[in-house]
Amino acid sequence: MAENPQKPARPRPLSPFITIYRWPVTMATSITHRVTGVGLAIGSAVLAWWLVAIASGPEAYANFNMIAASWIGQIALFGFAWSLAYHLLNGIRHLAWDTGYGFNVKTADATGWFVIILSVLLAIGVFAYVYLGHGGAGV
Amino acid sequence: MTMETPLHRVEGLGPAHSGVKHFWRQRMTAAAMVPLAIWFAWSVVLLAGASEVQVLTYLTRAAFGLPLNAILMGAFIVIALYHMVLGLQVVIDDYVHHSGGKIFLMLVMRAFALAVAAVSLFALFRIAGPV
Repeated sequence: MAENPQKPARPRPLSPFITIYRWPVTMATSITHRVTGVGLAIGSAVLAWWLVAIASGPEAYANFNMIAASWIGQIALFGFAWSLAYHLLNGIRHLAWDTGYGFNVKTADATGWFVIILSVLLAIGVFAYVYLGHGGAGV
Repeated sequence: MTMETPLHRVEGLGPAHSGVKHFWRQRMTAAAMVPLAIWFAWSVVLLAGASEVQVLTYLTRAAFGLPLNAILMGAFIVIALYHMVLGLQVVIDDYVHHSGGKIFLMLVMRAFALAVAAVSLFALFRIAGPV
């Protein structure tokens, strides 16, 4: 009986599988754009709730502020703040692509990292600004 | 010779039964959201930790005889929700393959957008509308 002609002499590499596939930054920014978009959809309901609380009077507004100031509320608000910053910055990146700019691989990688880093800095910056007592200062 | 009917050709739509309307509206609402989102983020920073009176003052403050901030808030909400409907439509299209479930989710998603818009605009009208 001859050797199975289909059996390779050594194991051949399989096609790239998800566990060994390197994530390019452009892929990460793309899926993050979608995830932050879905997150902001949930945030729209919180915005409606905030407006209703203001329209309903001092007790409703105090109630909203109490929940927003709790640790779980602060985590959610930080998530919305970062999502808005990210979706806005990466959305501008998408609009640039739509007009034909920034498609060069090196440029797309660089703008991807720029968007990730700047969105995190903006979210932390906004929270630092408010926590340092500057929130409500401009009203 | 073409197999297309004249009507189909003049519609210019092809087998997807829709043209660039969705793509174009997604981009136009995105472009409108850039200045509105910057205004919104700045407003939230100004109002974080503010008293109810301060928030009411901000939203009803008159500029050119109009409650400009309340109007911008209304524009932000309506355009953001339209942008959201277009975006979530693509997400549902991509991940839900059962057509019954897809139609159901599309309806729920649109109902959510309409509910958030209606509630928000009603609240805004109570805050800054004519008394």
